[in-house]
Amino acid sequence: MIKLEGYGWRHAGRRAWAVRGLDLRIARGERVLLLGPSGAGKSTLLHALAGLLPEDSGQAEGTVEVAAARTGIVFQDPQSQLVMSRAGDEVAFGLENLGWPLSRIWPRVDEVLARVGFGYPRDRATDALSGGEQQRLVLAGALAPEPDLLLLDEPTANLDPAGAALVRQALRDAVGADTTVVLVEHRIAEVLELVTRVVVLEPGGGVRDDIAPHLLTGPLGAELAAAGVWVPGHPAAARRAAAPPGDVLLSTHDLRVRHLAYPDTAVRAGEALAVTGPNGSGKSTLALALGGLLPPASGEVRSPDGPPHRWRARALAGRIGSVFQNPEQQFVTASVRDELALGGTPPARVDELLARLRLDHLAGANPFTLSGGEARRLSVATALAARPRLLILDEPTFGQDRRTWLELVDLLAGLRGDGHGVVTVTHDPAVVDTLADRVLHLERAP
Amino acid sequence: MTGPIAVSAPSAPPSTALLARRTPVAKIVALALFTTAALLTRDVAALGFALAVTFLVAPLFGITPWGLLRRGWPALLGAASVVVSLALFAADRSGTVLFAAGPIVITTTVLVNALSLAMRLLAIALPSVLVFSTTDPTDLADSLIQHARVSARFAIGALAAFRLVGLLGDEWRMIAMARRARGIDAGRNPLRWLRLFASTAFGLLVGAIRRGTRLAVAMDARGFDAGLPRTVARPMPWRPADWLLIAAGAALATAIQLIAHR
Repeated sequence: MIKLEGYGWRHAGRRAWAVRGLDLRIARGERVLLLGPSGAGKSTLLHALAGLLPEDSGQAEGTVEVAAARTGIVFQDPQSQLVMSRAGDEVAFGLENLGWPLSRIWPRVDEVLARVGFGYPRDRATDALSGGEQQRLVLAGALAPEPDLLLLDEPTANLDPAGAALVRQALRDAVGADTTVVLVEHRIAEVLELVTRVVVLEPGGGVRDDIAPHLLTGPLGAELAAAGVWVPGHPAAARRAAAPPGDVLLSTHDLRVRHLAYPDTAVRAGEALAVTGPNGSGKSTLALALGGLLPPASGEVRSPDGPPHRWRARALAGRIGSVFQNPEQQFVTASVRDELALGGTPPARVDELLARLRLDHLAGANPFTLSGGEARRLSVATALAARPRLLILDEPTFGQDRRTWLELVDLLAGLRGDGHGVVTVTHDPAVVDTLADRVLHLERAP
Repeated sequence: MTGPIAVSAPSAPPSTALLARRTPVAKIVALALFTTAALLTRDVAALGFALAVTFLVAPLFGITPWGLLRRGWPALLGAASVVVSLALFAADRSGTVLFAAGPIVITTTVLVNALSLAMRLLAIALPSVLVFSTTDPTDLADSLIQHARVSARFAIGALAAFRLVGLLGDEWRMIAMARRARGIDAGRNPLRWLRLFASTAFGLLVGAIRRGTRLAVAMDARGFDAGLPRTVARPMPWRPADWLLIAAGAALATAIQLIAHR
């Protein structure tokens, strides 16, 4: 089905090869999980298998042969994969492109929607679906033309645990036995039962290991975990606060933001609070309100210096650091150093932050060209620049490999130890287990 | 994704009004004929006729005359500002003086000119509101492909882009909040406000390009524009009523011109 010999790909304008020296054969009907730390070239390999690397976008070496009549691919973010505004049209889109006759299109659409467990009629607006439902729809669209090769590029990474479970269930039920599947995932414990083979890529080139799934629990698993791969059975050690929490930095009282009501809570110095709950429960909205970025509809956010949403931006940045889910939304300058120096941070502080977050070798780089892990570290560094006592982070560990994840958790634990208050909005249970002193669980609004 | 996802109201059921459910291309052709005739005339009586027709046919599009005024408020605002500015600054002040107070001299000519310009604006904007507010974007793309032989590459591409535009509002608010979190605000300084606006717009553009690129890759992966002959999942028959609508548009356009040249 798939035969790679000495395959390599280098994106145009990059010095390093994204993948190199790859020899791999995958037979029809195999289910392969691709593993490797960030930067091992997993996504690039999937793009190559899907034929989505145009010749003029980089340099190839070796050979790649894919003997699939039809390939389907699902990416991470459903919002940038949906084409149509109605669910049925979305599934029909691929069939239209391939010239399916009208008489076969709609029966096939209904069949695939049923197989992935999509519980709405065809004319359901795609914008009105949750992330997990949207991703199921994307999967239905990929499966509709009966692909014999299905490529999955972290299909559940953007979803909360319930949404991710929906997609895994759909994969279990809807993918035919003779369909070859190649899957990339960071968090593998939940998908291990879906695959028959695990291929670990070596950063820098080649295949490091090619094993049966159950072998990941042995000594090899420990080795991979050390190399930055998420392996089940290797939980991170808990980081507990050494001292009891200090004074109250922020507290909420009968707080309502937009249409959402929140239980009263308080954030203290030297304390890590985790805010959890399903999509739609208003976790991010609470983070924005605590961060002085959204005014309350009623009730209040109280601090010793008055309500945060009334502070001028400069004063706000010096008291509360907010780290958004998408780091790029917070970047405003053309270099990493300028980004930290913004607002008059002293050069010594800039150097300290660069070193502390391992960004010193990137000081001159454009923030928009950083990798996911680097961009995350920079966004945390910018929030720390003005030395706020409170740090509020929205899904900071999302999409990170194990090494970056551990660094982040250590950094946050260190900040807490220095007397900072840390609020983390997260649906990553490992963050809650390793870091949180207290959990605020929100339920979905009725 | 966390937090409350942007949930738009489920799309309204397609209007069953007589003219609203005509083929989008027929609606647009009729609209083009009608508004071109209005654009080419300055005659107040002819424009009055065009506006009267617009309000009379509004119920056939499932929109009450009052609803049309509500949806067309930017055009009404524009028309009002045209009347005010022409009354104040018109060069041609011939005709009978109706009102004079210092530099403001309003004559019959001034009034007629202002009225004609304002009515022309409304006679183009309000019929467009009727047609486009009753046309679903997906139907429009389907009709353009099937009846106007517009390439699917363009029509579906534009449709997908249109969907992304809907996400830009949320993105703008997020970027603006992210700027504030970074300690940047404009205060009362207009120059800083302008700089902040430009940098927010740039951030929005970067995000839009990234998202657009990802969407284009996803569409490629599903065989879009791969050179295969494309079929249509939603065939849209062209009915005699569609010809009738175009004929009616032509007849009304002729009537406008006849009144203007009476």
